[in-house]
Amino acid sequence: MASFGRFIRLGVGAWALLLLVIVAPAPSSAQQVNPTASSVKEQQLLQELNRIQGRVSIPDQRSGVLEQPQGREWREFRNVTLRWIGGVAIIGMLALLVIFYLTRGMVRLESGRSGRTIVRFNMFERFVHWMTATCFIILAISGLNITFGRPLLLPLIGFEAFSEWSQWAKYAHIYLSFPFTIGVVLILLMWLGGNIPSKLDVEWIKRGGGLIGHDHPPARRFNAGQKGIYWIVVIGGGLVAATGYLLMFPFYTTGIEGMQMAQIVHSIVAVLFVAAMLAHIYIGTIGMEGAFEAMGSGEVDVNWAREHHSLWLDEETARTRQPRHAASAAE
Amino acid sequence: MARMKFLCDADRCIECNACVTACKNEHEVPWGINRRRVVTINDGKPGERSVSMACMHCTDAPCAAVCPVNCFYTTADGVVLHSKDLCIGCGYCFYACPFGAPQYPKVGNFGSRGKMDKCTFCAGGPEADGSKAEYEKYGANRLAEGKLPLCAEMCSTKSLLAGDGEIIAQIYKERVMKRGYGSGAWGWKTAYRETIES
Repeated sequence: MASFGRFIRLGVGAWALLLLVIVAPAPSSAQQVNPTASSVKEQQLLQELNRIQGRVSIPDQRSGVLEQPQGREWREFRNVTLRWIGGVAIIGMLALLVIFYLTRGMVRLESGRSGRTIVRFNMFERFVHWMTATCFIILAISGLNITFGRPLLLPLIGFEAFSEWSQWAKYAHIYLSFPFTIGVVLILLMWLGGNIPSKLDVEWIKRGGGLIGHDHPPARRFNAGQKGIYWIVVIGGGLVAATGYLLMFPFYTTGIEGMQMAQIVHSIVAVLFVAAMLAHIYIGTIGMEGAFEAMGSGEVDVNWAREHHSLWLDEETARTRQPRHAASAAE
Repeated sequence: MARMKFLCDADRCIECNACVTACKNEHEVPWGINRRRVVTINDGKPGERSVSMACMHCTDAPCAAVCPVNCFYTTADGVVLHSKDLCIGCGYCFYACPFGAPQYPKVGNFGSRGKMDKCTFCAGGPEADGSKAEYEKYGANRLAEGKLPLCAEMCSTKSLLAGDGEIIAQIYKERVMKRGYGSGAWGWKTAYRETIES
């Protein structure tokens, strides 16, 4: 009985094998059809869109982007282009300032100090200025660390220390962006009135603003140079804030390409901003006698006001009539 | 030393997502993070293909090049790994990566990124091989145990290949020759600046 069963199995097996051998040529002719002839091709997709996107069944729909080689261009920007732009802008500005200081020296008060002062920036204005300035300096250092830290600082202090510092710098960069943004908005609002460009500015620039030579072109509360700084802060600050928040909230409004663009705008504006602020810090401290007081105590010498902001002094005197009294009352 | 690579034979991938699941399970990858995913292109249309993608462990890896704290390193096997102790979660590797491999756990306020997480080619991290600290941060270190990445090991159609680049390229070439077609080694040109002639 068992041998009969084995015989049947063998017979069925032999038939199946025979059937396979006979039928086999049929699928081999079907093999002539090339399924990839109509299939999607990587290089073709990349050439069309420079990215390949599809559908994923996991919850994270953003991972549907399969390939996006444009990160290479961003890498080139981040590692080469940006370092050149930043290096030239910042070191170039420092060099210019050193040369300027050595040739021109401090812009002195030509008529000396009068001993009488006039209020230039009130408490609130100075608070906003210094809040924004403090944030800016920390944001600038922590930002420059991301671009220049690896080649310059990391070899000096080692991996662990550099990573620890960079982690804190990152937190500072994120959190201080909020008071910085508030500061920029307040600066925009509180000094907008004095910073609308006018014909006086053309005259001021033509006469070299008193920086080149020893001229003192007339100016109202803000001269053309200060207006330039104002608009750099407002526009530059606005741009870095907007692009910074795009990066801080990934994928809320934009994808990878958008974030690459945001980083490019953010970093270029930021390094130019730093360069401009170096000039601003220079002229507000060692570059000009009597200038720091405006943001320090808030009161400037009347002679300083006469030399640098003649029209503003006239307006103020006409308005208050008694600058001396106002000054002594403040003390 | 071998140069480890991934190769997904898109003509074989059936989008079962078993590689994704195996990876998540093997490394206990946190919720919301996928080290590997399967992308279906032209879904439901003629010529549809699915590709399983993770970190490709690129030659001259862009992530390593742009990292501000230099936390990446390449092993002798050509596997691109990183140190979570050094990573500051800035997101730069994610901007540079052509394959969307780096992932960040969402920690703290805003879109604040935690330490980056990505495919390790089942090779762990800088900690001692097979240590508890290594497992907690990077998952299993199968390479140290002489095993290849689990995603490819258990791929039901053997679509996903992982191992010595030359060997898996040879396997793929033979397949293409035998069956007469192949849609190419997806991502190889971008990751390794070379492709498999077939």
